[in-house]
Amino acid sequence: MSEGQSGAEQRLVTPGMVIGPSTGKHAGSGAIAQNEEFIATRLGWLNEQNDVVSVRPINSAYMPRSGDLIVGVVAEVRNNLWFFDVNGPFQALLPMSLAPWKVEFGSTRQHLGIGDAALARVQEVDEAHNMVLTMKGIGLRRLNEGCVIPIPVNLIDTLRGENNTMVSRIRDLTDCRIIVADNGRVWVHGDADNMFTARGLIQTLVDEGHMNNFEDAVHALEQQRGEN
Amino acid sequence: MGGYGDVKLLRDDGKRLDGRTVDEMRPVSIEAGVLPAADGSAMVTHGLNVAVAAVYGPMEAHPRKIQRQDRAVIDVRYNMAPFSTGDRIRPGFNRRSREISKVTAEALESVVLVERYPRSKIRVEIEILAAEAGTRCVGITAAAVALADAGIPMRDMIVGVASGKIEDTVVLDLDKAEDNYGQADLPVGILPNTGEIAFLQMDGDLSIEEFNLAMEYNFKAASEIHELMVDALKRRYERGDN
Repeated sequence: MSEGQSGAEQRLVTPGMVIGPSTGKHAGSGAIAQNEEFIATRLGWLNEQNDVVSVRPINSAYMPRSGDLIVGVVAEVRNNLWFFDVNGPFQALLPMSLAPWKVEFGSTRQHLGIGDAALARVQEVDEAHNMVLTMKGIGLRRLNEGCVIPIPVNLIDTLRGENNTMVSRIRDLTDCRIIVADNGRVWVHGDADNMFTARGLIQTLVDEGHMNNFEDAVHALEQQRGEN
Repeated sequence: MGGYGDVKLLRDDGKRLDGRTVDEMRPVSIEAGVLPAADGSAMVTHGLNVAVAAVYGPMEAHPRKIQRQDRAVIDVRYNMAPFSTGDRIRPGFNRRSREISKVTAEALESVVLVERYPRSKIRVEIEILAAEAGTRCVGITAAAVALADAGIPMRDMIVGVASGKIEDTVVLDLDKAEDNYGQADLPVGILPNTGEIAFLQMDGDLSIEEFNLAMEYNFKAASEIHELMVDALKRRYERGDN
């Protein structure tokens, strides 16, 4: 992660910990102002940018926002809509009108059945967590091949890198198609050996992501590939 | 609990039967992230008590009738393992575990920012593997660490501590004999940063002076345990130390 490699000492904060005075600054996510002081509300790394004090959580559940690209798995099918498991607290709904196919009433099962994975976008989310997906859009489709790897939501930025540089490096390195979805699922497709390598790299991130040594692991593999 | 006059709980030198002074706690150790399947977990050893807490969620609240439109519900299940005491405990819910689950849930609701997750449920499972008096406090401490480990936003980490009275003397952190044969027990849930009290129960009688002294002991113990809780979470995630 870019902030992690700046060399600055990172501070781990726990819920309830006083972060510092709140005068002239704003509380970002993971922090609240109380008695002119900022209090951390989550376990994570302290982050201060442009007078906004926030906590980058170590663990967090996926909270959908509209526009998110997600990999969903069909959990339930009705005559005119699908319910998707999107790795969040609530299931999302895909109406047949927002599917990329011409779907007749009652024929939803011919296009997507229970257990099928699909790439979709979050159309809208309301404050009660009701969530509507759309599959109309470039690249949104049913995922017929490859595999889906779950990763913690807070490690998505690390995997993507700045301007997607990290995921591009992994794509080049492993010769796989990789899509990092916003809901903590990564779709990987390539030949078996390459997929195995890619999965290994992503698993390194999942296991050791909080230690900020993912880039070293990618770099080591790049060097190894360069030598062979 | 009226006290049993013929049971001696304080030695002639003023110390307790296990050699502790009146304001001394049993040894405490805390470990975060002990269960791989849970979103967050913790194990707390407090004297001979061992409690494991696991947190799952936030998830959709089922059945739907328990959903709240403006906030999350915290579903706590406190359970003592059948092998946790000398006498086998019949497995499953009983009146005592139901009560402790309820007071723990209410204590945790006051610190967790439940309004962030409307209609959801946060499941907290507390399993007491070994019991030696004061398990509800150990369970609350374990649940707080597990919630923090799961990334659930909270105002503070609640700490469970207890004081009591034996032979007309206020003591910190009752052990089994003191709990069974003592005169009073005062378990408290404390928010160490603000000094607020999230839950308080009292069994037996204490005068106002005794109560104040007991609370003083509790606050002192809470800040000690809180340091261990923070340390446990840091140990789990501090860079290069895993």
